[in-house]
Amino acid sequence: MSTVLEVQGLVVRIPLTFGDLSPVRNVGFSVSTGETLCIVGESGCGKSLTSLAIMDLLPSRARRTANRISFDGVDLTAIRERDMADIRGNRMAMIFQEPMTSLNPAYTIGNQLEEAMLRHRKVARSAARERAVYLLEKVGITAAGQRLKQYPHQLSGGLRQRVMIAMGLMCGPKLLIADEPTTALDVTIQAEILHLLASLKREFDMAMILITHDLGVVARVADRVAVMYAGQVVETGTAKDVFSRPLHPYTQGLLRCVPIPGRTKPGEHLGSIPGLVPNLIGEMKGCSFRNRCLHASVECGAIDVTLQQIGPEISYRCILPVAVAAAYGLEATKA
Amino acid sequence: MTPAVMEVRNVERHFLIDGGLFRAKRVLHAVNGVSLAVRKGEILALVGESGCGKSTLSRMMLGLLPPTNGEVQFEGVPIGDLDRIAMARRVQPVFQDPYSSLNPRKTVGAIIGLPLKVHHVCTAQERRARILETMDRVGLARRFHDVYPNQLSGGQRQRVAIARALVIRPELVICDEPTSALDVSVQSQILNLLQDLQRELGLTLVLISHNLAVVQHMATRVAVMYLGRIVEQGDTASLFRCPQHPYTQALLASILTPEPGLGVPETNLGAAFSNPLNPPSGCTFHPRCPRAMPVCSETAPRSQFHNRGTVACHLYHAADL
Repeated sequence: MSTVLEVQGLVVRIPLTFGDLSPVRNVGFSVSTGETLCIVGESGCGKSLTSLAIMDLLPSRARRTANRISFDGVDLTAIRERDMADIRGNRMAMIFQEPMTSLNPAYTIGNQLEEAMLRHRKVARSAARERAVYLLEKVGITAAGQRLKQYPHQLSGGLRQRVMIAMGLMCGPKLLIADEPTTALDVTIQAEILHLLASLKREFDMAMILITHDLGVVARVADRVAVMYAGQVVETGTAKDVFSRPLHPYTQGLLRCVPIPGRTKPGEHLGSIPGLVPNLIGEMKGCSFRNRCLHASVECGAIDVTLQQIGPEISYRCILPVAVAAAYGLEATKA
Repeated sequence: MTPAVMEVRNVERHFLIDGGLFRAKRVLHAVNGVSLAVRKGEILALVGESGCGKSTLSRMMLGLLPPTNGEVQFEGVPIGDLDRIAMARRVQPVFQDPYSSLNPRKTVGAIIGLPLKVHHVCTAQERRARILETMDRVGLARRFHDVYPNQLSGGQRQRVAIARALVIRPELVICDEPTSALDVSVQSQILNLLQDLQRELGLTLVLISHNLAVVQHMATRVAVMYLGRIVEQGDTASLFRCPQHPYTQALLASILTPEPGLGVPETNLGAAFSNPLNPPSGCTFHPRCPRAMPVCSETAPRSQFHNRGTVACHLYHAADL
């Protein structure tokens, strides 16, 4: 397994009249070929902006800085916009949340599918069309040849999302970023789309970053998980680690919030996380979760909490669960 | 058996859809022969995929939309005979999106107090007391009384919407996806609140949701809808333990619980969600059904009663249930 994408110290700042808004603060992770990394968090935690920052698709006011964004051997922080445009949609593709709004209503499906391939590869239109039909069949669309002539409004939500996936795969990307790919879909369709993504990832030997707020989706499809809160990664680990032994109080709290048939007793109170996400404008000091944390102490506000690394995969951003680290028989070391 | 607060009897609702210039209008059967009783003190959940008619049904139950055929009765009186104000006094809605369901130009106090004003329930002084009391009840700090909705978070807004629904003490509250616009950590707070209110005030709730884990946690009874029909109905525990209808089985199988290592379940439903403008013959579910038989494409199954609820499927005969 080779590392496809490595991100270190990614920061996004948006200058406002009364200070800088920092929706992404010092985020780092990596994904390898054949691996699915899930970035999970609630709205406003910076998960979508992180993916847009990697693709260099941030809104024009936002400023991106990073120690390192290395994709397939290329340093993305140093390349020209023109070279980035050659990578985007080619070796790195993205699927957006709303298949209703991310397809152009004025062009046929075929037109939109072929576009990326004609842009990036020196191929004839007929070859692009062939590839489009092949991929539409791959994503489970019947009568693919005729579909090419259809417009997005003629397709259902599930079909549109399949078209989006096919579109992302046109140039055979090494990395597929899927931002909430199933949130707008019904549960039965969601299961099918997730199946499809997993099998395509294997077949095309891609790395995948799946961004979602749905803990159920994360648990079922992730190899590794990064939990984000208030612009920071607060916990990383394999899906098994994070869900069976969550280390950060935020992750622990989130998992208590969702009803699980067979485990939570119907009618019983669900857990909750009181309080609100902190304001991300200006300088921040201390742990950003401390105002909602059950275990917060004076110390939490005084020092900047760094990501504690225990083992190669597992890390968390909290000064407290040293006891938990001990339970693993590992020594907590500063990252 | 507890008496029914609201009874829906063989209700149908059709919409005429424009086919385009010079084309005939087509009929969309959004709700197609639904019968349902909401009993006092229960939480009845309506589940189904988008486009199955659950929101249309809820609007008919609120009296906002007259049924094309059939009848909705509130405590034995057809709601067509009740005037709108009388109806609104007894049945109140909570909508999905608290960002669009609250008037941005009114303060929280004015929003919550409006039903009291409309229904002339009490004097101005009493009104303030009732508003504050209701705010306490739903866990909104009193200092929010003079605040505008844009200063509130999503969870707080949904509490305002719930307070507005409860302030005139309705008998039935219809919640259309009350938590699906909210974050996980806020969702659980609102669910806890609804449950407490239901218990303490003896409320009757209709909960419309596509989140089956939430339904299982909250509801006492569940009705599953597919393309305008109720395919299965029953008490929550037995419906989740042994779902009868293949569609219910597929729905339950597709719940993704946060348990790692289980993978994504196979639903075995064909991809095609049928076009409601041109619904399949016979049982509308048959093109996607893994257990379809020849009879399924010919005749529509009738709802059959069994001791735990009803199911509409050719696989079952009244005698077997």
